[in-house]
Amino acid sequence: MIRKRELTFWERMYLPEIIRGVALTSRHFVRNLAIHTLHAVGLAKHRSAAVTYQYPEQPRPLAPRLRTRHRLTLREDGTPRCVACMMCETVCPARCITIVAGEHPDPNIEKYPTRFDIDLGVCIYCGYCVEACPEDAIRMDTQILDIAAYSRAEMKLDLHELLNPSLRKPVKACSLPFPHRCAVRGDPHAAGPEQPLHGPIFIGGDVTRAAGMEDQAQQARQIEAPHPVPLPSGEREKGEGRGNG
Amino acid sequence: MLEAFLIKLSLAAAVFFGVLNLAGLHTWIERKQSAIMQDRIGANRASIFGLRLFGLFHPLADVLKLFTKEDFIPPGGNRVLHTLAPFLSAFFALVVFAAIPIGNTLTLGGWVIELQVASLDIGLLYILAMLSMGVYGVVLAGYASNNHYAFLGGMRAASQMLSYEITMGISLIGLIMWSGTLDLQAMVRAQGQYLWGWLPLWGAVVQPVALIVFLAAALAETKRIPFDMPEGESEIVGYFVEYSGMKFGLFFMTDFIETVLVACLATTFFFGGWQVPYLFPDGFRFPWGGAIPMAPLAVTLAGIGAFTAKVVGFCWLFMTVRWTLPRFRYDQLMRLGWQYLFPISLANVVATGLALRLLS
Ligand code: SF4
Ligand code: SF4
Repeated sequence: MIRKRELTFWERMYLPEIIRGVALTSRHFVRNLAIHTLHAVGLAKHRSAAVTYQYPEQPRPLAPRLRTRHRLTLREDGTPRCVACMMCETVCPARCITIVAGEHPDPNIEKYPTRFDIDLGVCIYCGYCVEACPEDAIRMDTQILDIAAYSRAEMKLDLHELLNPSLRKPVKACSLPFPHRCAVRGDPHAAGPEQPLHGPIFIGGDVTRAAGMEDQAQQARQIEAPHPVPLPSGEREKGEGRGNG
Repeated sequence: MLEAFLIKLSLAAAVFFGVLNLAGLHTWIERKQSAIMQDRIGANRASIFGLRLFGLFHPLADVLKLFTKEDFIPPGGNRVLHTLAPFLSAFFALVVFAAIPIGNTLTLGGWVIELQVASLDIGLLYILAMLSMGVYGVVLAGYASNNHYAFLGGMRAASQMLSYEITMGISLIGLIMWSGTLDLQAMVRAQGQYLWGWLPLWGAVVQPVALIVFLAAALAETKRIPFDMPEGESEIVGYFVEYSGMKFGLFFMTDFIETVLVACLATTFFFGGWQVPYLFPDGFRFPWGGAIPMAPLAVTLAGIGAFTAKVVGFCWLFMTVRWTLPRFRYDQLMRLGWQYLFPISLANVVATGLALRLLS
């Protein structure tokens, strides 16, 4: 229990306490004003008069463990480390990751993502995707905070932006050395909802419409999603499916 | 006759200009002073051609924004009164300045100009009357908005202002008894005397208790923290909740005009108005010997300067208080007003009467 402290006589008089309070704030005022004035004439630069960071010009130092914009790490040959295991997509509580797997030429690797989208407008920055990844393929250490955009489409990071954190939509040219669903090259399947492989199936990704449409969802589960992907090297893409193997 | 009229007109314009600018600057002062007191920097981004000038353009930007905003009158509200209320508020705050002497008589090219827009014999009564009228704007704003919260805010404001007005009036009675006049210019002149030849006999020296009571009551009249129950910008819904655009701006300005006004009143009543210590019509004469002769014009100008400096000092004090003290609860406010300040002011009148009787 918190006991109320008895006020002393002078505290109850109120006026001395007012004077004490005003003296305290005035002390700060006079000291800071003096330092500001000295700054204005170029003196006492080492003493700061305010705790403010003038944000866009003077960014605040970020803690190294701060969770910031995602990136996908690379192998030495420039392909993503990601093996499209869907762990991150499964664990993501916001369901904002969309992965489509493709077959990797190296049988030891098996799969790699031909499409990898993270919708930052939905992401809650929990970092579970990073925790879940068995390959250290996804990280949130770019220290990029300014993810704001003018449209929802721009809030979605695709493979280009995830592999190269300096990129942001609109991406002008594709420089990825492996086959993928490339929005830059005009692949119609590079964006839009995919049927998720886990949990309840939402038609068109719309959660509100999902209620009471179980049988339709069942149908959707059985339909083989056709993905005619026009890619430069079609050979490797034959096995590209939904990655549920 | 025409010249006299023109002189008064230009004097009124000058006072008006000074007051409105000081009130407008208050938005800047409020931001910057609070920022500096709280180890922040404060608004500094508005710029003209890259020139920031310590955020001095923010008031301009604010006013531009307010002018271009939609002026909304709530359906069911009384359109006439709703529009009238902010104007009444600002009007009654502004007319008070007419009675405040901003300097001694100025002799200019054969004209003897009293530096007071309206030389009223009953200046003090006029001021108190106009201050009480100010409550109409507030009550009408609450009443005409067709909003229960605004109405309650207006009621709170009315009861608060009425309570503290009485205290404010009575706290000044001691001063009237001492100076024997209601004319503000005469009151300021009376404060030009010296006790034991060196202590300026300002109102604060004669009536220290009245000064404290007056300051508290006057702060309550301006409806600013710690007495901001009527509006309570951050938490409580106040009487101008249904106002937008420049009508809201007028209420906002009225607040600052009233702050300047109260600073002017405190200066006039308690800090010698335009009096500069040891400055006589022929220059400085110090009690420890030594004198600096000055031209009459310079003396008058020094008086105006002293008045302005004192007013700005009071504005600074009010701003500091506003950013230091937490808000009173409403029952505390009423108790402070009626149980403490009001009896104290009455006792002060009695004590002053006795003292005057004994001293004479
Ligand atoms: S940080 Fe959390 S919400 Fe965002 S993509 Fe990763 S798992 Fe999903
Ligand atoms: S958990 Fe890692 S390896 Fe698996 S899909 Fe996600 S990023 Fe790729």
